[in-house]
Amino acid sequence: MNKIMRFLPLLLVIALGFFLYRGLSLNPQDMPSALIGKTMPNFSLSTVNDDTNTVAKADLAGNIILLNVWATWCPTCKYEHPYLLDIANNEQLKPYIKLYGLNYKDDRMAAMQWLKNYKDPYQFSIFDEKGTLGLDLGVFGAPETFVIDQHGIIRKRFAGAIDTSVWRKEFEPLIKQLISEQQQGE
Amino acid sequence: MIQINLLAPLILIMTLAINALFSSNLANASPVDTFEFKDEVTKVRFQALSKELRCPKCQNQNLADSNSPIAADLRYELYGLLQQGKADSEVINFMVNRYGEFVLYRPRVSSVTYILWFGPALLIFIGVIVVIIILRKKPVNKANLALKPSQQKKLQQLLRQESNLNSNNVGEE
Repeated sequence: MNKIMRFLPLLLVIALGFFLYRGLSLNPQDMPSALIGKTMPNFSLSTVNDDTNTVAKADLAGNIILLNVWATWCPTCKYEHPYLLDIANNEQLKPYIKLYGLNYKDDRMAAMQWLKNYKDPYQFSIFDEKGTLGLDLGVFGAPETFVIDQHGIIRKRFAGAIDTSVWRKEFEPLIKQLISEQQQGE
Repeated sequence: MIQINLLAPLILIMTLAINALFSSNLANASPVDTFEFKDEVTKVRFQALSKELRCPKCQNQNLADSNSPIAADLRYELYGLLQQGKADSEVINFMVNRYGEFVLYRPRVSSVTYILWFGPALLIFIGVIVVIIILRKKPVNKANLALKPSQQKKLQQLLRQESNLNSNNVGEE
């Protein structure tokens, strides 16, 4: 008993060291969204390409919806853009996934020019100049991507750029799961 | 002379460092908003809540302290909610529903945060118990430490032998 007591401080220090060391490799930006499992909030905003066209939640149609938050002031969005084009043009994913944009606190002319220059991967982009929908979604930067299932429930929120490895690691398993959920439902 | 030559760059570096320190302080100056409140109470509540709520982007600053655009948005939102006459709990729920428990600098008591809230008290409690155990340990009985009569005898014998040897040595010299 006494011998165990003698080593207790050492064991405590080792345990503490283990937790502190683990803390070094945790990403503090990696936060779960408060909205996961909740329904997509309502909105009524115009699209980037047409200021007379008002869109709402019901206009986001598709089996699986990807909602990508982007802006022309965001350099990481430029990096991410080609991968979004790949996803939008992927023949295998096309029947299941629809990609929508949420243009977040941006200038309409600049956003239109961006879509013209770099091609438009989105079904349409919601124009959220004041960031109201962004606020309801708990967005705090760009890029961010939300996965919404066929019932309009938010299933995932990813903060940061999507590229091939991120897509494989973060999105593919969920997309497969959602597709199988749908097939079971039918 | 050599010493002076060595000192000169050192002084230069120190002045630069001090300058950098001060200029970065300027860059971090707290943001100034020009909100007009409907009454003094709302103003005080705004100040209190913007200190309690954490900026989601710049994670170690509260809303009052942060320059980031999202913090400015949230301050504006907070202002709007308070002007509408929302209660503090409603404001906090609004923020938590969007940004999660994370935005609260003072987390709510829940099964996830029990360890945060009660951990320190538990540690103090354990400490007090350890101290009590140590203090209550009975002091070692001094009577038991004393030599037994047989040991006492042997000691006397050894001492006598020692003194005999010493006196012999002295005699030979």
